[in-house]
Amino acid sequence: MDLTQLGAMLHAYWTVWLVMVFIGIIVYAMWPGNRAKFEHAGRIPLDDEGQGGTGRG
Amino acid sequence: MTELAATPGAAPQTGQYADKYIRYFSVAAVFWVIIGMTMGVYIASELAFPALNLGLEWTSFGRLRPVHTSGVVFAFGGSALFATSFYVVQRTCRARVWGGEGVMGFLFWGYQAFILMAASGYVMGITQGKEYAEPEWYADLWLTVVWVTYIAAFVGTLAKRKEPHIYVANWFFLGFMITVALLHLGNNVNVPVSLLGAKSYSVVSGVQSAMVQWWYGHNAVGFFLTAGFLGIMYYFVPKQAERPVYSYRLSIVHFWSLIFMYIWAGPHHLHYTSLPDWTQTLGMTFSVMLWMPSWGGMFNGIMTLSGAWDKLRTDPIIRFLVTSIAFYGMSTFEGPLMAVKPVNALSHYTDWTVGHVHSGALGWVAFVSFGALYHMIPKLWKRERLYSLRLVSLHFWLATIGIILYICAMWVSGIMQGLMWRAYDAQGFLQYSFVETVAAMHPFYEIRALGGLFYLSGALIMAYNVYRTIKGDVRTEKPYVTGPVAVAA
Repeated sequence: MDLTQLGAMLHAYWTVWLVMVFIGIIVYAMWPGNRAKFEHAGRIPLDDEGQGGTGRG
Repeated sequence: MTELAATPGAAPQTGQYADKYIRYFSVAAVFWVIIGMTMGVYIASELAFPALNLGLEWTSFGRLRPVHTSGVVFAFGGSALFATSFYVVQRTCRARVWGGEGVMGFLFWGYQAFILMAASGYVMGITQGKEYAEPEWYADLWLTVVWVTYIAAFVGTLAKRKEPHIYVANWFFLGFMITVALLHLGNNVNVPVSLLGAKSYSVVSGVQSAMVQWWYGHNAVGFFLTAGFLGIMYYFVPKQAERPVYSYRLSIVHFWSLIFMYIWAGPHHLHYTSLPDWTQTLGMTFSVMLWMPSWGGMFNGIMTLSGAWDKLRTDPIIRFLVTSIAFYGMSTFEGPLMAVKPVNALSHYTDWTVGHVHSGALGWVAFVSFGALYHMIPKLWKRERLYSLRLVSLHFWLATIGIILYICAMWVSGIMQGLMWRAYDAQGFLQYSFVETVAAMHPFYEIRALGGLFYLSGALIMAYNVYRTIKGDVRTEKPYVTGPVAVAA
């Protein structure tokens, strides 16, 4: 199989690759081990006080 | 409530962030919202009372309409996005903008110059004739320079971040920037007739040109008016509500599903045309699939308030933000519905489309921007608080009445128009002439213009409130009573 054929084969399954990448992203987002990391990430905006405001308009 | 002085180490060094041009962009957003919406009220009135076009070519509907659309979308929306994206990226990365005030100054003046180049062309009749892509080649080239600099400054700031994780709002902002760059380049492959003339011709023609245009047009809605403003939602709603986003994991899924699906929805603008049938079906299918990420995102935004619903009553800024998310949900429900071919057969080319766009633009895009501006402006100018929260509330109610008048008038007028166009008599002849449908729509055109006037008056109140806030004034007014939950903090 040369590169052209390989390219054609990859191209034919383009939708399948995209769906697999997407499923991978969902697994990554929902992976139990990542829970603490994402809970910390959700607090990023709240930890940036000190720019001259109290959080109220 | 965190006291500035009470948290040693958290206090910023002077000039930690490059905020000067964020202030400029914020003022520009307030300025352009008034210009853009005044234009909108004027052309809405022209439709109801045609004499208002004054019999001059420069003030005719066809020339002023792109001034309105570009004025609100690119001038107001764009300035709000520049301001908020740099505000958010610096604060969530704990890093100063890459390139500092120099690059920011170039972006501010460069982008305002683009707006003036585009708008002055429209009035003189210089246009590519493509919806939302009206600017001719010289303005397009200039925008490309500005936009690439924008991406460089944003990515540069992400690269020098001190916070290891890139907060989700920045993903939405970056998705918006990169996609808009691709769309802009893809839809403006034009050959100028001469180097000194304004006229150019598109390289693609016919149905291909239409498809490229609506690939651009729909994704301008999807990425300029949605992804960018979702970036605003994911920072400013948690910030104003003082609680983290409902589910950070859902926000990741929200982002990637939008990115994977939105780009395919464009063909729903070309149902029942010479576009191949399979392409139309593809566009329809992906539009319907978009229900899932859109509603997931709406749920995520609104549920951020869970446990703090009393803020809806006591904080008019939260009211703007939460209502904007509700409108996001409503218009992203309506959009896929209208993309279904049999529904589209009734709705397309009617005022229903115009009403749909405005429930998204006025209810979602503008409300979330107003909320962000009201949150950001006192902080940017280091004011204790806004001049008046009561005026924010007044703005909210005027704007809400305006939207309701606008979208209800357009629903009735649009569906009526669609039904009248397809009505046959017993012999199989069309029952109504075109002009009869125009006459039937007249009262709704008046209601629409009135709704626009309400909305505009709210924006004028915001401009006054912002002006007094910047001046450093605080209005003596009855404060909002905060509930027992808020007092406990």
